[in-house]
Amino acid sequence: MKPIFMTYTKNDIKNFVVLMTLGFIIIPNFISSEYWFTSILIPWLCLALATIGQQIVMGYTGQLALGAAGFMAAGAFACFNLVLRVPGIPFFGALIVSGLIAAALGILFGLPSLRVRGIYLMVATLASQFFIIWMIDKFGWFKNYDSSGIITAQDIVIFGKSFTSPIAMYMVILVVVTFLTLLAMNMARGSTGRNWMAVRDMDIAAESMGVSLLKTKLQAFAISAFYCGVAGALLAFCYLKSLEPVAFDIKLSFKVLFMCILGGLGTINGAFIGAAFILLFPVLLNAVGNNVFHGAIDATIISSVEQIVFGVLMIVFMIYEPLGMAKLWENIKQKISSKISKK
Amino acid sequence: MISELLFFMEVLVAGLLAGTMYSLVALGFVLIYKASSTFNFAQGAMVFFAVLTFVGFMELGMPFVIAFIVTCLLMVVVGLSTERFVLRPLMNQSEDTLLMATIGLGYVLEGLAQAVWGVEVRRLDLGIGDFPIPWIADNLKLFISALDLTAGIVSAIMILGLTLLFKYTKIGLGLRAVADDPGAASSVGIPLKHIMLLVWSAAGVVALVAGCMWGARAGVQFALVDLALKALPVLIIGGFSSIPGAIVGGLIIGASEKILEVYIGPFFGGGIEGWAPYVLAIFFLLYRPEGLFGEKIIRRV
Repeated sequence: MKPIFMTYTKNDIKNFVVLMTLGFIIIPNFISSEYWFTSILIPWLCLALATIGQQIVMGYTGQLALGAAGFMAAGAFACFNLVLRVPGIPFFGALIVSGLIAAALGILFGLPSLRVRGIYLMVATLASQFFIIWMIDKFGWFKNYDSSGIITAQDIVIFGKSFTSPIAMYMVILVVVTFLTLLAMNMARGSTGRNWMAVRDMDIAAESMGVSLLKTKLQAFAISAFYCGVAGALLAFCYLKSLEPVAFDIKLSFKVLFMCILGGLGTINGAFIGAAFILLFPVLLNAVGNNVFHGAIDATIISSVEQIVFGVLMIVFMIYEPLGMAKLWENIKQKISSKISKK
Repeated sequence: MISELLFFMEVLVAGLLAGTMYSLVALGFVLIYKASSTFNFAQGAMVFFAVLTFVGFMELGMPFVIAFIVTCLLMVVVGLSTERFVLRPLMNQSEDTLLMATIGLGYVLEGLAQAVWGVEVRRLDLGIGDFPIPWIADNLKLFISALDLTAGIVSAIMILGLTLLFKYTKIGLGLRAVADDPGAASSVGIPLKHIMLLVWSAAGVVALVAGCMWGARAGVQFALVDLALKALPVLIIGGFSSIPGAIVGGLIIGASEKILEVYIGPFFGGGIEGWAPYVLAIFFLLYRPEGLFGEKIIRRV
């Protein structure tokens, strides 16, 4: 199909318009239950944003990193301190600066990627995870010397208006996520993304063709950390409503990793699909436990089953569809359209 | 001055002995990496699974020895099913794909263990106290825990045994051949399936032993999985494919972790044990990416 705007085809633009109407007009007007916003849509968008960050470094650049939660914590606490200490800072300004702070940390902890790869890099990025959480925990300044350990996040104020209702917060997040998703898609399509993928597919070959490994890898780490930082700040301000380092432990990093892999490595829509799945499956499982078995099944059993299913899915996807749910979705679409055209 | 030196010695010895506990966990990783160049991220989950099952059997009234044997057999079954359902379909896939599959495997094992035995913290009493041995404390003025000493001796025996196995037996030769080139090894008639089964079962038994030691110290609980993550810096320092590397790496991590915590920790308000090993590993990576005893990595386009 011929591109009509930049590299986008008519189909892409149609999808974009449909999704935007759905997100900005239909959902806020037709979903009235607060539960949907506070427990599903808001965390889904935040985690999807973090997963895009993980995609950039892992799916596109092929660097096995496991420290998303650390950068998310950095973003969350940076945003808290900026709003607290810089009078009159606009919320979006604070969000961008906290993303940049996370990006600086991303560059620092991305440095080992210049020497090592695979599991070695994973260990190096684990250092970032443990170090950032420890630092926030140990130095009272980050937590504004709050002894209780749990700090309430400030209200989001944009142009003097405060956004506290779930729908308002959802809209704020949607604006940020839409903008950053479009940005990520454009980066992935452009020369930046080509360089990332060249490094992923064969770094030595990429280097000999003139792609600077130093620049490309660190750029991927910085952008990835930026996305994670913004996602962490949004998650803390809109979903958790509080800031505690424990919320950003290694388990969250694994969760983001799972979202990224099950969703489909190297795809942006996979980030949304993966995040939706990992977030919704436990909700579904709990609903089944409560409604079908009427609470006869222990909560620990349900959470164990959830873990087993994630693990099995991970193995099954690695064996049958390493490109994840995004590719699965593509295949289903193709089958359906070929059936229709045959008729 | 003397007392300061003695204190340093005490910290050092405690660190070294704690390090052997890390070595025990690292050993399981090395075994599998050596034979299949797969990094088995599920090793930590295997430690948890094995020791939880072991304690569970003992709670059901099985005597110590029988529970141990039954758990060993169970770990062989785990190895068998891993080979059949995870490794065989993923043969000839990239290392990263295998690594991700083992992360999945780890999730399955953790979930299974908790579904069957529940989530509460259990005590494991091996009959070895976690307190200083009086004789050494009196004569050498060093406070060394009996459990630490046992862990040290057990890991020394296991490492010696495994090294001999790898170096001097036909099975060991087969293992090394498979590690080097699985295709060539199977074409000269080395049964890949058996080798994989053997290695995964051995790793399961090592996991059980490591789990017993850690369980006796910290209680049998989910945190064991996170503890196993600390085996990663050990491997980086020692090298992924070296059995002696696992012990030396463990000793270095154990000792430096304790020394840093005692002498530098107070300046930062303590708690640096959590990340110090990883940072140490990063510095090692920058200087010597293949580890102290690892084989040099040569990559071609």
